[in-house]
Amino acid sequence: MDVSKPTLAVWKLASCDGCQLTLLDCEDELLAVAGRVRIAHFLEASREVLPGPYDISLVEGSVTTAADAARIRAIREQSRTLITLGACATAGGIQALRNHADVAEYTSLVYAHPEYIATLATSTPIAAHVDVDYELHGCPIDRGQLLGVISALLAGRKPDLPAHSVCFECKRRHRVCVVVAHGLPCLGPVTRAGCGAICPAQQRGCYGCFGPMETPNLAAEAELLGATGMAPDDIDRLYRLFNTTAFADLLDAAGEKS
Amino acid sequence: MTHRYERLVEVQALARVEGEGAMHVRVRDGAVEDVRLEIYEPPRFFEAFLRGRRHTEPPDITARICGICPVAYQMSACAAIEDACATTVHPAVADLRRLLYCGEWIESHTLHIYLLHAPDFLGYDSAIALAQDRRDLVERGLALKKAGNDLIELIGGRAIHPVNVRVGGFYRTPAPAEFGPLRERLRRALDEALATVAWVAGFDFPDFEHDHELLALVEPGRYAIGSGHVATSGGRSFAVRDFEDHIVEEQVPHSTALHARLAGAGRYLTGPTARYTLNRRWLTPLARQAADAAGLGEQCRNPYRSIVVRAVETVYAVEEAIRLIDRYAPPPEPAVPVPPRAAVGRGATEAPRGTLFHRYELDADGIVRSARIVPPTSQNQAAIEDDLARFVAGRLDLDDESLTARCEQAIRNYDPCISCATHFLDLHLDRG
Repeated sequence: MDVSKPTLAVWKLASCDGCQLTLLDCEDELLAVAGRVRIAHFLEASREVLPGPYDISLVEGSVTTAADAARIRAIREQSRTLITLGACATAGGIQALRNHADVAEYTSLVYAHPEYIATLATSTPIAAHVDVDYELHGCPIDRGQLLGVISALLAGRKPDLPAHSVCFECKRRHRVCVVVAHGLPCLGPVTRAGCGAICPAQQRGCYGCFGPMETPNLAAEAELLGATGMAPDDIDRLYRLFNTTAFADLLDAAGEKS
Repeated sequence: MTHRYERLVEVQALARVEGEGAMHVRVRDGAVEDVRLEIYEPPRFFEAFLRGRRHTEPPDITARICGICPVAYQMSACAAIEDACATTVHPAVADLRRLLYCGEWIESHTLHIYLLHAPDFLGYDSAIALAQDRRDLVERGLALKKAGNDLIELIGGRAIHPVNVRVGGFYRTPAPAEFGPLRERLRRALDEALATVAWVAGFDFPDFEHDHELLALVEPGRYAIGSGHVATSGGRSFAVRDFEDHIVEEQVPHSTALHARLAGAGRYLTGPTARYTLNRRWLTPLARQAADAAGLGEQCRNPYRSIVVRAVETVYAVEEAIRLIDRYAPPPEPAVPVPPRAAVGRGATEAPRGTLFHRYELDADGIVRSARIVPPTSQNQAAIEDDLARFVAGRLDLDDESLTARCEQAIRNYDPCISCATHFLDLHLDRG
């Protein structure tokens, strides 16, 4: 066992497992990565659990229980660098749709035995509970970005993560604009780059799974979506998906300004 | 008064399963008193927040239940909504969906065989540890897994949570020439898959057989994946649209997953061994030959041998993918329109780990009024617990550490997807 290698831990809160699976989906690089770090905690892949502290912690999932709120604080204390993975960890995920519901009523209607269940009324991102060093966005995260961040940290440099929009990425890949050419609704102008503009490549508008870019112009986007024939209700549904809290905060802020 | 001897075997966090769960076994006076597979994966309320969404949204939304088998969720959602809207997709779209699904079977089965399950049989903590001694084996597994992911990426646009699936078909259909390099890759994958069957067939399998009723989709003429009717080893046979008459779910205190049972019968098992037992005759000759050589026989009731069945199904999925690519001609349109109507629709497909049922109630505008999802792991939970109780009863002489490890392995036989299993009763069930 090589004690000089940095330790890597992977943690999961409320999520689908897809972001940590992205690491196992690096079929060509997995064994090389495993050769550069000591995997100290990665339950999806290994029974072996080493005690902390950990040099790099990757955290998937959102905080939806009191136990997980305590757990993420303990993880933070044990981690030199903490990176959140994906829409659940960075924005509360699709399960944050509960945040907009009347949870008391909701719970009493939905459960046969609500007393068996411990859950919070909200699903919140990791950064609402502890300091986060880097955030990887997306539902799920992009494999290339994950490898890029791990490589950067192992090399001792700062990861390079884009804050610009999917449109830049789409143009750089010489894709035909689905809004201009086909009149399709697309969240590309307000969504953070990182996926490789994969939806326009399938002749589909972006649905915002990487969350808002750094400086989104939501008013202009609303006009654009309206011009493709989308009703206000449907525009609202489009924003309230995998990054509902991130987009909703912006919409609320925009609403207060107007 | 005799001294009562109590022994607890607890696994607080199960490793190498999808999602988070734990296991509790209570032994008292030499007898197994209680076995619980505890699922503490936090609830995510999918069935609740699907209400109020458009009928076009469930494929993308329910994919997020599981990062390991998102295609299964997308396919069952499409099937259920198209059933509600009385839509039939073009045969070429149905074939392309089956091809996409083959990719998920290859990817998910290979993940389970090489990265989650095989280390148990070989005495390693992980595939990464195994790779230190047998890098060639792990590299073969990763290559085979990648072939599956490449297939999903080509058709779906992304390996996890594909973006190209929609109700009625796809957003874009690939041109036949796009499959060229992948077809060559799949030829090699077939050799890797056959080598995998031979490899896992040589593992040491404990003597253990169960008598659970087995349930799977059956589609005469081919190995059922994305369509068919439901059949059981006990001779029950019913249409997917009648599944709620036959499958009943109930909430248990120790789990955020619901337990399912067959009405009037009780626990049952779905998944690869159930599929193999009910559909073996529809395997390709090569896959059947591989199964015979691996000693599988007419049926498989030893859960440890599920790893062999997964390998055989991987051979089948690779062969089927090549066959579908060879006959592929794009449909006239990527998708047919799916005008909504007020109706209830039901769909079921074979996720890698078992039958996945969806049910949606739509209003005339296509707004989802209620949703119900019955994933494989909640169907299997009662059977898994029953196995564990019998398994532990026969191995009480083991020390705690080895008994715990063996119990973990027994759970991994079922490739439980705990992320999937976590869900709640929907509004309709609870008002009664």
